[in-house]
Amino acid sequence: MGLRVLAAMSGGVDSAVAAARIAEAGHDVTGVHLALSANPQSHRTGARGCCTIEDSRDARRAADVIGIPFYIWDMAERFQRDVVEDFVAEYAAGRTPNPCLRCNEKIKFAAVLDRALALGFDAVATGHHARLVDGVLSRSVDQAKDQSYVLGVLTREQLSHAIFPLGDSTKAEVREEAARRGLTVADKPDSHDICFIADGDTRGFLAGRLGAAEGPIVDQAGEVVGSHQGAHGFTVGQRKGLRIDRPAADGRPRYVLSIEPVSNTVTVGPRSALEVTTITCVRPVWNGPSSLDDLSVQLRAHGEVYGCRFEETGDGLRVELDRPATGVAAGQAAVLYSGATVIGSATIAHAA
Amino acid sequence: MLPEAIEAMTEQLGQVGNASSLHAAGRRARRVVEEARESIADALGARPSEVVFTSGGTEADNLAVKGLYWARAPRRRVLVSSVEHHGVLDPAHWLADTQGAQVELLPVDELGRVRPDALRAAIDRDPDDVALVSVMWANNEVGTVHPVHVLAAVARDHGIPFHTDAVQAVGQLPVSFAASGADAVTVSGHKIGGPVGVGALLLARGLTPVPVQHGGGQERDVRSGTLDAPAIAGFAAAVRVAVKEQESQRLRLTELRDDLIRRVREAVPDVVLNGDPAERLPGNAHFSFPGCEGDALLMLLDAKGVECSTGSACSAGVAQPSHVLLAMGADAVSARGSLRFSLGHTSTRDDVDRLVEVLPTAVERARRAGLG
Repeated sequence: MGLRVLAAMSGGVDSAVAAARIAEAGHDVTGVHLALSANPQSHRTGARGCCTIEDSRDARRAADVIGIPFYIWDMAERFQRDVVEDFVAEYAAGRTPNPCLRCNEKIKFAAVLDRALALGFDAVATGHHARLVDGVLSRSVDQAKDQSYVLGVLTREQLSHAIFPLGDSTKAEVREEAARRGLTVADKPDSHDICFIADGDTRGFLAGRLGAAEGPIVDQAGEVVGSHQGAHGFTVGQRKGLRIDRPAADGRPRYVLSIEPVSNTVTVGPRSALEVTTITCVRPVWNGPSSLDDLSVQLRAHGEVYGCRFEETGDGLRVELDRPATGVAAGQAAVLYSGATVIGSATIAHAA
Repeated sequence: MLPEAIEAMTEQLGQVGNASSLHAAGRRARRVVEEARESIADALGARPSEVVFTSGGTEADNLAVKGLYWARAPRRRVLVSSVEHHGVLDPAHWLADTQGAQVELLPVDELGRVRPDALRAAIDRDPDDVALVSVMWANNEVGTVHPVHVLAAVARDHGIPFHTDAVQAVGQLPVSFAASGADAVTVSGHKIGGPVGVGALLLARGLTPVPVQHGGGQERDVRSGTLDAPAIAGFAAAVRVAVKEQESQRLRLTELRDDLIRRVREAVPDVVLNGDPAERLPGNAHFSFPGCEGDALLMLLDAKGVECSTGSACSAGVAQPSHVLLAMGADAVSARGSLRFSLGHTSTRDDVDRLVEVLPTAVERARRAGLG
């Protein structure tokens, strides 16, 4: 007898194929759709791929085709507290959170995994594009779809109960396989954006939650060059939507350099001022081999990869990049790789 | 489906003919429908003209609640029990939301019963403005049987039409339309081993609800749509069998059910039996398992081949605390930890043995998983 596996099924093509593969491998699989919103919308809008009633129906339909039992778990309260409220609080603190990463850390591989283990399951499987071999996480063969970045935060213990059946396949192969298996979600669009912001308007969502508060936009010299309706509407490295009347002295575009929530001040400057080489991180998680070969770091989802060195500093981490990076935002994760293998992850606190 | 119902239905499936047509095929189909009507009326203590065929229990409930409300305009008060099936509750709430109705949910006691004095008190607040009263014959979740004869008499004292949803009661309890004193009774095919998609509203003569759907007026001008002769024939066969075997079925299921309750209590000493311990549907056992989430327990039991149900599920499939248990005074946590075991004509002692064998482990695991 194989393992008792809980397959988290979003209603998308990846998790459907993941569930089908482990069921076919002879494990005892139960499909579970996580209801993350207390008031889900009826139908998908835009490019979202989960979290509506239509998506839960898609997941149920896929489970029926695969021939596994299917349940819906109500995780709305935990999701609201650990992901949505955290998202808002991070922006309020001037940081740029990654809610997908937080969902993996706090919901899928914490609340859901704990419940699954208590109920007698051995593991949780998801449709993430990442490889997991003997508890070691590494990048998917599909570089463009690789999701190891948002899983790097998981501890060894969490990874020991995780199964990612898709890491050796490209997205195109997964879609093809879904069609071959008669899973009608085969051509469902990829999900983008943040699942709990239905219209994709993050700034509007934050303004609704945090309220509008007019504050200054200043240049590096401290001179006021414009105003904004709330510092939480900005991300380090952002260029669009600053609405500065006066052109910069050099006529070049200006970027958000930093956000100061207490004084509600947004500082802007030239692209060159965004360049950083030293990243200070907190709350490191070491979950991979302690190899130092071919070290690199990734600083945001689907972002560029930089060669690096690092050293541990008390309870934190300092990463020195081989070449400057721009748009490095506090609150994002710095995930360290040896080659394609994840060795650990930490939260970016500061970059210079 | 019961073999008798399958046979009666399949016999008709190959036949052509619209029961409303005048030609020979139509006459033949009409004969099938009318014989079914007479048979159902006979089995349920009604006159043939009091049987209005519908597409099932939900349509019959809608016709009774909305149709009587409209027919009784300008009266605005709609009195329904707080533990009704959604087939009654949702039309009532819809009337309140869009048609100016004033819906009042009749309270129930801790066993889930609407007390006659509670109905009397509700009516007395403004008797002239009450459009209708609807209280189900027996509750589908916790199994409590309501004193419908007494409740119907209370409504009758004030000349108010009384509707009862008897979908759960037919085949489990003696159901007589005439003796109940009700003006409208909902019955359904598939709950008694008949086909899905057919039911009836037993409707007192002289009572004319405003139709919910218009077009053709086939059924006493209160219900339109071509009659489904094969399904109606299957429905009538199922009603005949259910009523004929009701007494022996009740004795058998009551014994099996009481055995189940006793052994579940032994296996899980702190379990709570919900509903009326005496006046309940013979095939119903409904429990709260302290510290467990009903969904978790259901999943664990299902994996072991035991099928049961939690409360009502909302459209997203996320379990909501049952409105029935909440109305009976349960808190949301214990309401979420509840499960119903239903016994029917295929249930055996082996099923109970199996449940009692796997239940302790399932409860222990569900408790470890907590209440999410």
